Amino acid sequence: MVKSMIDWPHFTPWSSLAGGILIGVAAAMLILVNGRIAGVAGIVGGLLRPASGDMAWRFAFIIGLLAAPAAYLLVAEPAPPTIEAGYPMLVAAGLLVGAGTRYGSGCTSGHGVCGISRLSPRSLAATLTFMAAGIATVYVVRHVA
Amino acid sequence: MNAVWAFVAGLLFGIGLIVSGMTDPSKIVGFLDVAGAWDPSLAFVMGGAVLVGLVAFRVARRRTVSFLGGAVHIPNARHIDRPLVLGSLAFGVGWGLAGYCPGPAVVALGSGHDQAVVFVAAMIAGMALYEAEDRLFHARRRRRVPRELSDVAGDA
Repeated sequence: MVKSMIDWPHFTPWSSLAGGILIGVAAAMLILVNGRIAGVAGIVGGLLRPASGDMAWRFAFIIGLLAAPAAYLLVAEPAPPTIEAGYPMLVAAGLLVGAGTRYGSGCTSGHGVCGISRLSPRSLAATLTFMAAGIATVYVVRHVA
Repeated sequence: MNAVWAFVAGLLFGIGLIVSGMTDPSKIVGFLDVAGAWDPSLAFVMGGAVLVGLVAFRVARRRTVSFLGGAVHIPNARHIDRPLVLGSLAFGVGWGLAGYCPGPAVVALGSGHDQAVVFVAAMIAGMALYEAEDRLFHARRRRRVPRELSDVAGDA
């Protein structure tokens, strides 16, 4: 019997809430100013389906994401990440995430943030589905395998 | 102008992901590990983002054009179908295995982490597989759907 408990040393309610608000502001900007959904899988995946006049904003948004660590470094040193997965696992996971988000029409940002903000039942279903699959996967990796 | 504002939005989005801690895969896995020592941080990230998003999309829905004068591309698909569920299942498994979803992975690529380079390369290969399959087997369906509509539905 595993007892569920909160991991207090790693729980960061305030910085996570603040970061979430920033993400919301960025998504608000993209829909109001550019008229686009801030769904990273859709923005990256759209580059593989080239259409004239539809590419510049995608590249610009992605360059913004890539530049974020450098911009953050001007203010603070980010904590080094902990990545448990080895390289073969990262390749398998990347393939699943890439194909899965495109078949499922969205990821954590497109469905989880923008879709739920639109109160879309489709996005809510997608979010509950990928969260359940993620929880089951971590359970198997950490507590069964 | 579109590109400049998209860059600013991407930069803010990425900084938000770093501040929130979501670029660290161990925090994602910590959230998904409900049977172990559970880190609820991700719920606060989504809560904060949705709080702002609810207001933004209420405003966006009432507008016919964006601030820059272009179309407002709000997805109109409502059906919960097989591709949505199976795709989301596959995504969830990959998310749990690596602790990366597309946004944080691209930001981590910007930090130059080797693991992120490998993950993003595989992720783009997975997206290319989807494109290839879609082109091979759904050519007729794609031709029937107006470009604009299919693009919007795929962008959610």
